[in-house]
Amino acid sequence: MEQVLQKQSNAAIRVFRFYVEGFRRMTLGRTLWKVIVIKLIIMFGVLKLFFFHDFLGTKFSTDEQRANYVLSELTRPVQNYTQGGEGE
Amino acid sequence: MIENFDLTMVNWARAQFALTALYHWIFVPLTLGITWIIAFYHTIYVKTGSREWKNLTKFWMKLFGINFAIGVATGIILEFEFGTNWSNYSWMVGDVFGAPLAIEGIFAFFLEATFFAVMFFGWNRVSKRFHLFSTWMVAVGSNMSAIWILIANAWMQNPVGQAFNPDTARFEMKNFSEVVFNPIAVSKFTHTTSASMLFAALFILSISSFYLLKGRHIKMARRSILVAAVFGLLASIFVGFTGDEAAYEVAQHQPMKLAAVEALYKGENNAGIVALGMVNTDKKVGDDQDGLSFAIRVPGLLSLLANRSLGSFVPGIEDLVYGNPQQGIVGATEKIAKGKVALAELDKYKKANSAGDTVAAAAALSLFDQNKGYLGYGFLEKPEDAVPPVAMSFTSFRIMVGLGTLFPLVFLAFLYFSFKGTLQQQRWLLGGGTILFFLGLIAHWAGWIVAEVGRQPWAIQGLLPVTVARSNLTTGTVQTTFFMFLILFTVLLIAEISIMLKQISIGPVES
Repeated sequence: MEQVLQKQSNAAIRVFRFYVEGFRRMTLGRTLWKVIVIKLIIMFGVLKLFFFHDFLGTKFSTDEQRANYVLSELTRPVQNYTQGGEGE
Repeated sequence: MIENFDLTMVNWARAQFALTALYHWIFVPLTLGITWIIAFYHTIYVKTGSREWKNLTKFWMKLFGINFAIGVATGIILEFEFGTNWSNYSWMVGDVFGAPLAIEGIFAFFLEATFFAVMFFGWNRVSKRFHLFSTWMVAVGSNMSAIWILIANAWMQNPVGQAFNPDTARFEMKNFSEVVFNPIAVSKFTHTTSASMLFAALFILSISSFYLLKGRHIKMARRSILVAAVFGLLASIFVGFTGDEAAYEVAQHQPMKLAAVEALYKGENNAGIVALGMVNTDKKVGDDQDGLSFAIRVPGLLSLLANRSLGSFVPGIEDLVYGNPQQGIVGATEKIAKGKVALAELDKYKKANSAGDTVAAAAALSLFDQNKGYLGYGFLEKPEDAVPPVAMSFTSFRIMVGLGTLFPLVFLAFLYFSFKGTLQQQRWLLGGGTILFFLGLIAHWAGWIVAEVGRQPWAIQGLLPVTVARSNLTTGTVQTTFFMFLILFTVLLIAEISIMLKQISIGPVES
């Protein structure tokens, strides 16, 4: 049992070292990782945070409210028609 | 509609989605296709043990890595847009899309992240066989993760395996295998992945042609061309077959799209396909004008494509708008009437439920169920609203098919001169070869325009038009983010091109 655990632990360490070494030896990869990180920061730290709110998520707190809102959006043409509006 | 440049909120949101999707689609097809060709290069290296093939493989891997790094996560922006600009749609499809998109995420993360690292970091550090296996798995994993997003797209074109829940306002998945094996999904996956293989071959031909023109890395360029041209030629043939299957499925499930793509206003027996033509932009649905200013047709081919039968009837736009009882075609006029009943009964059901009137709710639900297949038509004001932009669909289709016909000839020319040993002297071919990548990109974009513009006005075919799928936002809000994306994408594209050009100018490095 102990030997099995030892082997598993060795394998995990080897995989860890494989990744660490791989990242350390990168040349072009470093530039590419910088591009990825900057891009993700812009996407999640700026765009998602300030400009791309989840419309239903921020407007309503429960799924029931969201469902009712969407249902009212779907039936809006009927409401408009019965109230003399123009419909969708 | 966008054809009349009516840039309201919905059209700005559509333009933003198109901008994001087309930008995303620079990177995706290259990733899907080039991973296969790299796997072949890698296999040749492992089989031969040649250092030159190793350098060649590493070089194309590097360019793939750049493409992957710049392209990664650009698809996430599409998901941002769903939640912000298309919230009604997102809510309604959440249950159907949840499973395929989750599977896509798992595939993308585990398969790509694991084997991707081994592919790049594994040189001389893992066994040759495991390294090669990892390269193949990157190709398999990338393409397998693409299948799920294409299943989601195909569901919008042909919404099978679902039922609308009037209490939650959501389409709920009832049959997973129907969604996965949706005929549109199968043809879309095979057509998209084969076209991506073709695109990657064009990319390799472009860069290798540049090297041969400049007299640099000649051996590497010739070897790269040989494999890529064979691969591209086989992919072209497959693209032709899968394109034919895709058109057949469109004819079965989205006949209006096929009619728009052919600018076919009046249905015909033994209908011909337009090989060359120009759309008459003055033509209105229902008037006496011809849909095309001029046309050269191949007789019977459209009937064969649509129904696998030469003399068969192919419905035109006017048959689908006004109906054609002789051919058993229900027109949009009738569907609109049924759709309006569905909407009215949905409204009654909602009100009866609120009032606690179970009898009235059950009656309304029964009538709703009888007409819910036409739900989306209830939002259209007139039957002509069911017609997509004809000129854009027609033109995009011809660009796609025209380029798709040119590419196999180009691959054959490259192969012919490669085997003859005179490729480097064919400067006309190499000069043209340098722009093949851009032509491939245009063909891919044109294909997506056919698929997406051709299915308008629908977000979900027959069930939800784009005008209802949107969020209640002001046009200004969407315009702001549209231009932000335009700037961001331009900067990212400049970054990619400059990093890519730098690596191309360095060329393959001796190991």
